[in-house]
Amino acid sequence: MSKPIHEIEVEILNPEGLHMRPAMQFVDLANSFDSDITVSHQDLTVDAKSIMQMTMLAATCGSRLRIQAVGADARQAIEALKRLVEQKFAGDSPVEAGEKEG
Amino acid sequence: MKLADIVCLDAIVAQLESTERDKVIQELVASLSKHKKLQGADPKMLAKAVIKRENEASTGIGKGVAVPHVKHESITEPVAVVGCSQNGIDFSSLDKQPVYSVFLLLSPTNKPDKHLQAMETIFKNLQKDDFRRFLRQAQTRQEIIEAIRDADEDAG
Repeated sequence: MSKPIHEIEVEILNPEGLHMRPAMQFVDLANSFDSDITVSHQDLTVDAKSIMQMTMLAATCGSRLRIQAVGADARQAIEALKRLVEQKFAGDSPVEAGEKEG
Repeated sequence: MKLADIVCLDAIVAQLESTERDKVIQELVASLSKHKKLQGADPKMLAKAVIKRENEASTGIGKGVAVPHVKHESITEPVAVVGCSQNGIDFSSLDKQPVYSVFLLLSPTNKPDKHLQAMETIFKNLQKDDFRRFLRQAQTRQEIIEAIRDADEDAG
C-alpha cells in the first residue's frame, strides 16, 4: 500500500513575504501532522518541518510555493497549510517591530 | 547574495563578553555603531528594537545559533554582524540549548524582499554543519572571516 500524496500550489500574499515569524507558524503547523511535508519554491525543495530550511526559501510577496505531503494525514495537512497561507498567517504584523522607540 | 555582502567583517565580535541575551544584542549593535554601519541611527534604540522583537518570538532556532533581527526605519540597507561566545548564551532557543554563534541582522522597513534575501543567505549557510562547526571553534575575528569566506566560496 503506497501512502497518500497530496499537493497544492499557494501564493504568498503577505506584503512582507514569508519572513521568520510566519515561517515559524508554518513549521509549527506542519509539525502537528505525521505526514512528510516539503515545500518547493522555484528549484529549491525544503523540509516544511525545519525552520532553518523554510527560511531558505526567501519567498517574497507573490511567490508561488508548491506544498507536498506524503502520509496518512496528507490531505488534512495540505488543507490546514493552505488555509494558513491564504489567511496571510493570521497575526503577522505588517511591519516587524518597526515603530519608533524612545 | 554572499555573507560578505551583508556581514560587516570589521565589526565581528569573536569573543562576546556577556552570556546574557540582551547584553549580547547590545554588544553587537554597539560594534556595528563603532564601525559606522548604523547610518547615523542610535544604537541604544536599535538594540531595544531587536530585544523587543526577540521577546515576541525567539530567533534561537536550535543547533547553537540565533539570528536576532529587526526591520527599522532608520536603516537603509540590510547589515549584519557575527558574534561568537565560548560560554554559550541563553536565547530561549527552540531546542533549549545555549547559543554559541549569533548573526544579528538590521534591515530597512521598506525593502522586505532584501530582508528575505539576507535571511536566506544567513540560513543557507547556518544550515551547513561545517560552517556552524568552524564558527563554534573560531577564537579570533580572522578565523571567523575565513569561515565566512570559505562558506561564500562553497556557495559559488
